[in-house]
Amino acid sequence: MLNVGKIVEGIVLDHIEAGKAMLIYHYLHLDREDYPVAIIKNARSNDMGRKDILKVECDPDLINLDAVAFVSPQATVNVIKGGKIVEKKKMTLPAEIKGVLKCHNPRCISSVEQELPHIFYLADAKRGIYRCRYCEEKHSYGETAKMFL
Amino acid sequence: MRHCITPSDFTLKELDDLFDLAADIEKNPEKYAHACDGKKIATLFYEPSTRTRLSFEAAMMNLGGKALGFAGASQSSAAKGESVADTIRVVSCFADIAAIRHNKEGAALVASQFSDIPVINAGDGGHEHPTQTLLDMMTIRQLKGRLSNFTIGICGDLKFGRTVHSLVKTMARYEGVHFVFISPPELKVPDYIIDLLDEKGYTYEECIKLEDVITKLDLLYMTRVQRERFFNEEDYIRLKDFYVLTEKLMRSAKKDMYVLHPLPRVNEISVEVDKDPRAAYFKQVQYGVYVRMALILTLLGIRVD
Repeated sequence: MLNVGKIVEGIVLDHIEAGKAMLIYHYLHLDREDYPVAIIKNARSNDMGRKDILKVECDPDLINLDAVAFVSPQATVNVIKGGKIVEKKKMTLPAEIKGVLKCHNPRCISSVEQELPHIFYLADAKRGIYRCRYCEEKHSYGETAKMFL
Repeated sequence: MRHCITPSDFTLKELDDLFDLAADIEKNPEKYAHACDGKKIATLFYEPSTRTRLSFEAAMMNLGGKALGFAGASQSSAAKGESVADTIRVVSCFADIAAIRHNKEGAALVASQFSDIPVINAGDGGHEHPTQTLLDMMTIRQLKGRLSNFTIGICGDLKFGRTVHSLVKTMARYEGVHFVFISPPELKVPDYIIDLLDEKGYTYEECIKLEDVITKLDLLYMTRVQRERFFNEEDYIRLKDFYVLTEKLMRSAKKDMYVLHPLPRVNEISVEVDKDPRAAYFKQVQYGVYVRMALILTLLGIRVD
């Protein structure tokens, strides 16, 4: 059994679809921060068979979790404070994702306009499809790897 | 403040009011001749245009106002790297309303977010061209007497044709419209339009040959294969003459199947079709001025009693 130490303050993303933890790591921009992070890949799970887990030691309020569901819809978030779980969140697809994904349509105004935020709106909740607010180019979560800002 | 970025910025009731106003302008032009005295429209055209820019300027002049602007990105500060956001903030100081055409999709939306004056999308890349849609619909309403319950064929470049995207999205808000999309496989209608029709339960079909479907159409909307939308000249040359509507083909169409085209035409409608009473593409241009006059009045909140 794999053991990773408890964290006192931070978040634990559990039930991440196996193989998606690194995507979420990049999405949360954790590569740009110096928080202690534990990434557990392909852990055994009774419900899912295999799952990924991501633990981040930081102030939970500093992490924008809005679009975790975009990458892994069944992920859950445990908010840890004082060494205890103070909140459990089930992720839902946000109506809007701002400043996380990049529109790759070369004809989109966001490809040239200075400091324009990249914004995607939820066009089809059933299929998890987002569209660029400016050009309406379709993006679904399967394409996320190439879309990070 | 109201803008016109896509036709869906207006409810069906508001569209009806707009078309009623445009029809009244057509009947009584003198009544509106001074409605915009002292007002100015800025036409910010980053892409070449003949009809649309002149139509906006004529519309404002017909209302007693004046027009200023530029035609071509090279004539504007965009050539120096100025953003759309900055340009519209500057123009807001000079004019009362702006019409913007840009080669990038979403440019008019960005302009509207930073503008102190109403912004009209006069075409944003291959995305939308709402005033073309308004004039297309005005033409259909005047010729057919209705905007619902017919089969419309849309032929040509359905992938990059922004007039097509705007028209389909708007027509899909009316009842009983059946779409027939006629295009080469490379220029098929984008998936977001198909998704939208599927979602709303609209009926449509896709085919390649115009002659296979022309007999069942109540309206035919022809489009040009646009050289400026291709990154590859070879693809353009291969596809540019894929469709040519001829007098012979028109003989197999219904007696009241009007032909619309957003213009400019290249080879897709033979000149011999121009004399056919069902050729409505030049009427569209005239309706375009009336619709743009109605739109300017509506966005500026000016009522003429």
